[in-house]
Amino acid sequence: MMRLVAALAAVWCLGGVSVAFAQDAALVQAAKKEGKVVWYTSLAIPSSTAIAHAFRTKYPGVDVEVHRTGSQRVLQRVMQEAGAGIKNADIIHTSDAGHFVLLKEKGMLLKYTPRGVEPFPSGFKDKDGYYFGMRATLSVIAHNPKVVPEKDAPKTWKDLLNSKWKGRMVSAHPGYSGIIMTHVLALVNLYGWDYFRDLAKNSLHLVQSANDPAGVVASGERPIGVNGAEYFYYKTLKQGNPIKIVYPAEGVPLVVSPVAVAKDAPHPNAAKLFMEFIFARESQQLLADREGLYTGHPAVTYPPDKPKLKDLKLLNADPDELEKRNAEIKKRFTQFFGA
Amino acid sequence: MSIAGTETIGRARAAVRLGLATRDATLPVWAGVALLLVFLMVLPLASLVSTSLVDETGITLRKYVEVFTNAAFLKAIWNTIVVSFWVGIIAVAAGGSMAWLVTRTDLPLKRCVRALVMASFVTPPFLGAFAWTLLAGPNAGALNKLYRALTGSDGFLFNIFTLEGLIFVMALYSFPYVFSMIANVCELISSDLEDAAVILGASKVRTACTITLPLALPALLGGFIVAFLHSLSLFGAPAILGLPAGIHTITTQIWTFFQYPPRLDLAAAFSVPLLLATMALIALQKKILGRRGFSTVGGKGGQRRLVRLGWARVPAFLLVGGVLSLSIFLPYWILLKAAFSKAWAVPLDWDNFTLNNFKFVLFQYTDTQRAIFNTFKLGVLTATAGTLLATLVAYITNRNILRGARFLSFFALAPLVIPGIVLAVALFIVYTRPPIVLYGTVWILFVAYLTKEMPIGFSQAESTFKSIHPELEDASRIIGANRLTSLKDVTAPLARSGLIAAWCFIFIGVIRELSASILLFSPASKVVSVVIFDLKEEGLVGAISVLGIFLLLVSFAVILAVHWAAGRDLAGGRE
Repeated sequence: MMRLVAALAAVWCLGGVSVAFAQDAALVQAAKKEGKVVWYTSLAIPSSTAIAHAFRTKYPGVDVEVHRTGSQRVLQRVMQEAGAGIKNADIIHTSDAGHFVLLKEKGMLLKYTPRGVEPFPSGFKDKDGYYFGMRATLSVIAHNPKVVPEKDAPKTWKDLLNSKWKGRMVSAHPGYSGIIMTHVLALVNLYGWDYFRDLAKNSLHLVQSANDPAGVVASGERPIGVNGAEYFYYKTLKQGNPIKIVYPAEGVPLVVSPVAVAKDAPHPNAAKLFMEFIFARESQQLLADREGLYTGHPAVTYPPDKPKLKDLKLLNADPDELEKRNAEIKKRFTQFFGA
Repeated sequence: MSIAGTETIGRARAAVRLGLATRDATLPVWAGVALLLVFLMVLPLASLVSTSLVDETGITLRKYVEVFTNAAFLKAIWNTIVVSFWVGIIAVAAGGSMAWLVTRTDLPLKRCVRALVMASFVTPPFLGAFAWTLLAGPNAGALNKLYRALTGSDGFLFNIFTLEGLIFVMALYSFPYVFSMIANVCELISSDLEDAAVILGASKVRTACTITLPLALPALLGGFIVAFLHSLSLFGAPAILGLPAGIHTITTQIWTFFQYPPRLDLAAAFSVPLLLATMALIALQKKILGRRGFSTVGGKGGQRRLVRLGWARVPAFLLVGGVLSLSIFLPYWILLKAAFSKAWAVPLDWDNFTLNNFKFVLFQYTDTQRAIFNTFKLGVLTATAGTLLATLVAYITNRNILRGARFLSFFALAPLVIPGIVLAVALFIVYTRPPIVLYGTVWILFVAYLTKEMPIGFSQAESTFKSIHPELEDASRIIGANRLTSLKDVTAPLARSGLIAAWCFIFIGVIRELSASILLFSPASKVVSVVIFDLKEEGLVGAISVLGIFLLLVSFAVILAVHWAAGRDLAGGRE
């Protein structure tokens, strides 16, 4: 009896696998017919280039057109094109979860659930199944240990308000970066707008992308980054640059970056294939190993020199609140910092 | 004079009268050109104005009130005026004196100087601005590091992320416009008048001040206005140097209006007064210059002799070399270093040496090849179409062929004041809806570039025609040629060097265009400047450096090829 069950189970499994196989084969075939997938993304250029390369290698005949810019610009482009009736994007991916609330509300997303996302933590899944967190990172403090000795360096968000850092710090911009948008909301919820008003008194150097502070800190142009994408700091550090990442004990903003298929995707099958690819364990592992990112995949392992998310006090962002306060955050930040 | 001669003149006069009285056979061509230009300009301008005035409730001035009562916006306007004014002054001082030195004196290595001015002209201002962030960033900037090493101080010599830094960099890449305008004029002025002054006992300086300068004055004023308006519409340089310090200019401010949710109405309301201001400026320029005739080239060429600089030869050369080091040698040196470095701020030794930047840009980052192809395709297309159109329009306005021809010059110059980013939105509105859908292809960029480069092509062509007296054409028409034939056979060959210059101006304008491209590109029509800006926002210094150097090399190759093909080196004189 047990053997029968086992045999049946084996047959059922094989059947399931072969059904999935057939589905996959059909999807790959349809994707090849479409020829390419257009990916609007805010993932750093080197990382998105690497992902696209991995996809092309796995599915020859299906090209990936990577169109990378800051999260807010991705949204701007998507909206501009929608307004003009242009159908260009297949996959939309930004680091501002609020965008996906908006896009879903406007009916601009295709409901598509890739396989393997069930065990992802709830923060990585839209309850209606329209979008899923493809990757996550933290917004952290960093400094250049060659310029600022570790013992003097700022350890907490509040340390950054000290006037001795005046003219020595760099910040990225919430009007460009979804990571920084999420960061600002988290800290406003923690300390109120007064925090940013006081921070602005230290004459910060403003850059756009959450990836840019890494280079600015590494070169010593401004030895302290008051925010920025942890994965990019980590990658820059790994390339041999003088960077020290600080994970403030008061809490670290966790930025989950969703991805979704556009409702009017001109290459819907290639888009679905890309979704399957991106959430496959090996791709998620690639993000963790090569790009220094965190993911929602429970089986993914991380480099030993990166802290475990469970050991940090995380500040989670609510996508709905991000969506509601987007304009307010851009406006207040610009008021305080001048641009 | 013989009777036969008198008869000939009489017949010719009758022919002229007849020619003017009957219809010109080439009229449809001129009218068509005028209509095309008006169509090209009016469509976006009209949509701009209507966007600024119309909302759901009808016509309203609310948007203007909203824009011009906001302190931050007013500050952006003020910053722009201050920056553009000083850029204009510095560009005229540097460009004007260098042009005079190169064309009218015995300055050494002139061809070399000309080639280097061309190189600064080819350099996109945003690339120059980027290079200067590496040179004069207060902490990591190479020059400030050198300063600290030499003096032992822990401060900095120069902070590029300031209003002064912005003026400095924008002037470095605006002066070539003035240089080329003045150089053209100086080459056309014959030495006869100067000789007369010298014969009457005037010193070199006095001759220069009382003869050469007044003759060059229209070009100087024109140069100031061009530099002023050029700097007004720049987007990349202020975005790279101003924004990090919280300094907005009009263009960067307009750019922020396009963030989602977009405020195109405010952007339009922000731009319309600019347009009016420029109209006033151009009208003023016309008024100043209009009263005098500036025909300095007749059928017979005068002679030009060089002023001997004597003891001043070396200091003058050092001055010229200094300006060129700031605009060319230092920026490209730091870009070259960054292109081969893992970390740009660290000395370039074997540990820091890498070819990965080249590998990444040329083979891994898929946007580059497509972008390079698009950029050069658009450059050649726009330059050719633009030169043709600009020549015809300048000819119409200069020879007053159509009624109301002088209004045409307004249309041809108007794009100068429309920041590229606003033009881009206007075009976006116009060309993403039927009947003409251009978005998603390179053609919307083509239209944008053609519109945007029209002023530079036009003013180049116009100043060339202005200095060619119509008497030669009249002669040709008297013996039976129509207008088009005389333009082709008589005037155009005389104007050839000016028109080649126009082609190059447009070509270079296109390959370094950023502010319109940034909104109009689509994944299939990305251009190099957009790719560089993308890379800049992410701080990928090495990759930008590779692309920047590549852009310089290829554009230089194209320009040299054109001049070689035209049988005349731009770097050479008119000899």
